[in-house]
Amino acid sequence: MPLDREQIAKRAAMELRDGFIVNLGIGIPTLVANYIPDGLDVWLQSENGLLGMDRFPTEAELDADLINAGKQTVTARAGASFFSSADSFAMIRGGHVDLSILGAMEISQDGDIANWMIPGKMVKGMGGAMDLVAGVERVVVTMEHCNRKGASKIIPECSLPLTGKRCVDLIVSDLAVLEMDPKRGRFVLKEVAPGVSADEVREKTAAEIIIEGEPEVIAVD
Amino acid sequence: MAKKLMTTTADAFADLKDRGVIHDHMTVMVGGFGLCGIPEQLIIALRDSGVQQITCISNNAGVDDWGLGLLLQTRQIKKMISSYVGENDTFEKQFIDGELEVEFNPQGTLAERIRAGGAGIPAFYTATGAGTAVAEGKPTAEYYRPCDDTKGFNRDASKASTVQGQKKEYVLETGLFADLALVKAYQADPFGNLTYRKTARNFNPMMATAARYVIAEVDETVGLGDLDPDSVHTPGSFVDRVVQTASEKRIERRTLTEA
Repeated sequence: MPLDREQIAKRAAMELRDGFIVNLGIGIPTLVANYIPDGLDVWLQSENGLLGMDRFPTEAELDADLINAGKQTVTARAGASFFSSADSFAMIRGGHVDLSILGAMEISQDGDIANWMIPGKMVKGMGGAMDLVAGVERVVVTMEHCNRKGASKIIPECSLPLTGKRCVDLIVSDLAVLEMDPKRGRFVLKEVAPGVSADEVREKTAAEIIIEGEPEVIAVD
Repeated sequence: MAKKLMTTTADAFADLKDRGVIHDHMTVMVGGFGLCGIPEQLIIALRDSGVQQITCISNNAGVDDWGLGLLLQTRQIKKMISSYVGENDTFEKQFIDGELEVEFNPQGTLAERIRAGGAGIPAFYTATGAGTAVAEGKPTAEYYRPCDDTKGFNRDASKASTVQGQKKEYVLETGLFADLALVKAYQADPFGNLTYRKTARNFNPMMATAARYVIAEVDETVGLGDLDPDSVHTPGSFVDRVVQTASEKRIERRTLTEA
């Protein structure tokens, strides 16, 4: 059984470590905030200028001056800070954010990512995505392994305009967990979804990937 | 001390055309992230000034009937320099029809271009956008990132926690400077010292440094000496005029937790 969106988020949350500064993108990555393992002190960074993002506000707490990068009203936890966009991207571009979790339309076999535009469709802009993939220490992508037509989204070379080159460290898809081996420049199959075989992952991955031994089964309920 | 506090946004704009501060084909920076921390009443005053063919530098483009969307409706904007313009049908239509020119910048590159422009830095290198369409036509060079440069002159290699990083490609980006910046702040004093509130700060502090003329829209004005000098975010020397308004502060995505 492929993982559902919540399960992908749960598996991605296992990449969190105590004390991490983390930026979560829109979509599945946002769900990761719901699955921060117990006992870990994780600080959510929102690139519009907030470190220490907390839950949505109650009606009484609602404040138009306090939003996240998805433009949703939020609250700030004890110890939070506000800062300018320049300081926020100094944090992101200067290597002071430990982990970025974001979505992708395509990933190439050497770790390029495309997630900001489709030629011929309305272009909305890259927002902070190019800064995040270029600057953050570890880039984790959560995505469906294949598109709606069943074609692999992990391919030899991206056909869409790139967001960044050679910057993806880990892919958590509905079928598998793939980790970049920087020496060999290819993703290694680490884990498979329950009931999914390594052969099925190879068959549904257009990119060249490395399969060594028997991958573990992704441990999520 | 020059009089900076103005009674209304109309007053703040009244003589700007005659003085040549605002004119057709001008470049205007407008603060805000989404609808948060936008100088909403100053945008209306700029619209009412009738200035045409504006190049507008702003992270977003407002929504159809608020923020910069108002200037799009009246077709006063010729070109937008932005990072994301998601929620605006007017924008989309003018963009697709070719009436509106758009230059997309990565958000951090946009913030840094404005910071650099205000600080007198003509250009800088960044890793953001290297190898993508953003880098097309721009000079590139290979460097170590300063924090990975364990052999660098400013780093004690014995304290380095990571192995020496690899050199990577950097793109040359230029500083931005505008004719006018419209910013939104929380408090101002008569000298123009500003403080910002929560995430309404965003692009406002850098924009306040990166234009020939700077007008701040604020929630509150206080007396000289009432702001703690340690808490001033934008020193008053950067600011030409201040207007206190009753901002609507519209919320784009009202998301609530059940109490």
